[in-house]
Amino acid sequence: METFTYYPGCTLRTKAKDLDTYARKSAECLGINLEEPADWQCCGGAYTTAKDEIATKLSAVRILNSAKENNRPLITVCSACHNVIKQTNYDISNDEEMAAKVNNYLKLPEPYNGETTVYHYLEMLRDVVGFDNLAQKVVNPLKGKKIAAYYGCLLLRPSKALAMDDPENPTIMEDFIKAIGGTPVIYAQRNECCGGYITLEDKAQASKRSSAVVRSAKDQGADMIITACPLCLYNLKKNSDAELPVYYFTDLLAEALGLKEVQNG
Amino acid sequence: MKRIGVFVCHCGTNIAATVDVKAVAEALGHEPGVVISQDYQYMCSESGQNLVKNAIKEHKLTGVVVCSCSPRMHENTFRKAAASAGLNPYLVEIANIREQCSWIHKDIASATEKAIILGKAAVAKVHLNSPLTAGESPVVKRALVIGGGIAGIQTALDIAEAGFDVDIVEKNPTIGGKMAQIDKTFPTLDCAACILTPKMVEASQNERITIHSFSEVADVKGFVGNFTVKIKKKARFVDETKCTGCGLCTEKCPMKKVPNEFNMGLDNRTAIYIPFAQAVPKVATIDPNYCMMLQKGKCGICSSVCSVGAIDYKQEDKIIEQQYGAIVVATGFNPINLDKYDEFAYNQCPDVVTSLELERLMNAAGPNGGTLLRPSDKTHPHKIVFVQCVGSRCDDSKGKPYCSKICCMYTAKHAMLIREKYPDTEVYVFYIDVRTPGKNFDEFYRRAVEQYNVHYIKGMVGKVTPRSDGKIDVQASDLLANEQLHIDADMVVLAAAIEPDKTARPLATMLTTQMDTNDFFTEAHPKLRPVESATAGIFLSGACQGPKDIPETVAQASAAAAKAIGLLVKNSITCNPCVAHSDELMCNGCSSCEKVCPYGAITYVDKEFRMPDRTTAIRRVASVNPAVCQGCGACTVACPSGAMDLNGFSNSQIMSEVDAICK
Repeated sequence: METFTYYPGCTLRTKAKDLDTYARKSAECLGINLEEPADWQCCGGAYTTAKDEIATKLSAVRILNSAKENNRPLITVCSACHNVIKQTNYDISNDEEMAAKVNNYLKLPEPYNGETTVYHYLEMLRDVVGFDNLAQKVVNPLKGKKIAAYYGCLLLRPSKALAMDDPENPTIMEDFIKAIGGTPVIYAQRNECCGGYITLEDKAQASKRSSAVVRSAKDQGADMIITACPLCLYNLKKNSDAELPVYYFTDLLAEALGLKEVQNG
Repeated sequence: MKRIGVFVCHCGTNIAATVDVKAVAEALGHEPGVVISQDYQYMCSESGQNLVKNAIKEHKLTGVVVCSCSPRMHENTFRKAAASAGLNPYLVEIANIREQCSWIHKDIASATEKAIILGKAAVAKVHLNSPLTAGESPVVKRALVIGGGIAGIQTALDIAEAGFDVDIVEKNPTIGGKMAQIDKTFPTLDCAACILTPKMVEASQNERITIHSFSEVADVKGFVGNFTVKIKKKARFVDETKCTGCGLCTEKCPMKKVPNEFNMGLDNRTAIYIPFAQAVPKVATIDPNYCMMLQKGKCGICSSVCSVGAIDYKQEDKIIEQQYGAIVVATGFNPINLDKYDEFAYNQCPDVVTSLELERLMNAAGPNGGTLLRPSDKTHPHKIVFVQCVGSRCDDSKGKPYCSKICCMYTAKHAMLIREKYPDTEVYVFYIDVRTPGKNFDEFYRRAVEQYNVHYIKGMVGKVTPRSDGKIDVQASDLLANEQLHIDADMVVLAAAIEPDKTARPLATMLTTQMDTNDFFTEAHPKLRPVESATAGIFLSGACQGPKDIPETVAQASAAAAKAIGLLVKNSITCNPCVAHSDELMCNGCSSCEKVCPYGAITYVDKEFRMPDRTTAIRRVASVNPAVCQGCGACTVACPSGAMDLNGFSNSQIMSEVDAICK
């Protein structure tokens, strides 16, 4: 059984408990051991994207370093946490000045220089478990379900740092949908922004964005949308004029693996 | 004892302004073996050459060093001068003190010092030069043209016109290529078929031209003047000699749901088919993937309706072998696959089409009989958006770094034709730059803008979203107005980048000729030898060498033909004597040289050798075919035992030059 350091992040403890619960259950079923460090902190949130700000990146480095100390790769689920942690890791590996500053702040027993490998849960499914192997473990294939994968903006971009999939023409979630027996629906807005945090300030704008996404998926005949991001899920559910059921990808994964009651979606 | 003459050229002020030529002549005069050292204002002039000739005779020279411009410029001039004075031309060496010295330096003292060093290196080398004699090899008076598009057809017609036999090998069932699919041609808007099909017929009727349609080149051996080529004639399950092209079989064939590649899959054809009405040869072909007789052994309708008994379900691929003196590559291009361009929704919406698909949609022989209708619901589109540079001029890995060159013009053509025929249709063109150099080209584009009111918008399309109401939302930026646009389009046309045909790379390997990183064939010189490949006897015609429109393609096709004819008229060709040769006693048969040889000039032979203990042993040793070797020297570097050496550039000659420079 392969062991990974598992970083759930704040939202998975509050609003997005399902994302966390079924990620853990499914991993166990797939022979992946997820070990959560005892005292993890917030990833730093979207503030870290301000490049010249060091302090906001420190918490991301702490979790990266914790994985390094245990000599394990790090797994994240939430798109935003994944984005922040991977970008920070990329910056540290590629910018000596930043690495020096970060280490001056943290004074770790050993300096951290980007040694940890970071996987998104989907990457783990693709690269560690393998979609073919996953398909063989499926007991409730989602036959006939037309599923629209929603990537949003944070999961794949910036592509150089995240190095997960082609940001304009991604396939990882579609391949995941095929592996669990569903039919992926390709639609134009799958990698456009849902409105994000704008919803706090300008609900109409957020509604415009999320409606465009849901409508585009609906127009291509989707029965449901899946996402990896709690904020996307919120926007697509609460702010869209058009309606489609929206789930976390881990919900469907757990259903397919027989770990969760099948919904009517 | 060597007797060497040194001749230093002023090249007017080109050299003399930066190099003290008198000091160079003086210094080189003291080099060992140098019996005369002179300078002159223009050594390449007739009186300059006479200076060299007279010195050869007067001083009985055994070697000549000319310190002047690049050997590419005048090496031949001085070799000829030496030969006319009775000296073997390969005993002349050039020291380049212009391009590699005077033109790039400013300081006279250091430039003069460098010129002296370069001269000394040439003197050191000429000490080791030996007389070389160029051999001859015969020329087979027949040409092969690979590819039967407009490039291949034009090349073949020109070669045949000059009185030589020529074979066209075309992989499709008909010649005609991409031009046959095009509706109208820019900038004159004449119908492509009207100007192409007479040429196709001309090619088929010319008794010097043989067309091998539905055939591929399987193997190429040999060298300039004497290639041996194996051509695979793929089974078409129809006897070409019997079929009259009446088309009855295609009417009766029950398998009618085969995607029609000639119409870019926009409609269907039958399993036995003739690609289009003017196909050459007009012979039916059975598609074995769809034919029920070949798949399941049931049907046979085509055979029963064929009045001449041309159907042959048992036909097999056939290999024919032929000798050629020259080969012309005319493999053409294809639009790129758009799977990686999901942002334009090409795979999501049938009303998002490529420009080549639009050609078929607008063609009278196309799926809609020439009426422009949306593929999805066959309604008339009122708003059409053209997106330029889809995959062209891309700096990422999924696209092409180059400009596909033809898209600006054909998009202007499409826009204009649509506005002419359907004035109620609005047309938008999104572009990065509009590139329309060429005779009457920019005038053509201006007409689209000014006379036909096509909306040209500088900016790129970011996202194409098909909607359930049938409209297509095109999100784009207008860079000049600095604003985001949303256009409710009925159709979107993508100007896909063009790339060389997929058959080009394996063919390049067979021909031992070179390609660039984009798989376009590389010409021997980008400016001065644009239609020859670096491999002797292989010529390049059309878009296989780079993106080209029809006028340019035809011009290059005729140029390639002229070069091929220039080869075919010779009874024999003079070979370059500066070729590699292997010292059989040192060669251990390791194959290193064979692997690096880009021309396929090296083979291995088993030879008997007398061993020190007086026994005879058979050893495998390298043997260079001097007619094929181009003297690149790759093998001499690769050879681990130092057995390979290059005439005129031997290892010892190069080392003595290096020694002279480093001394």
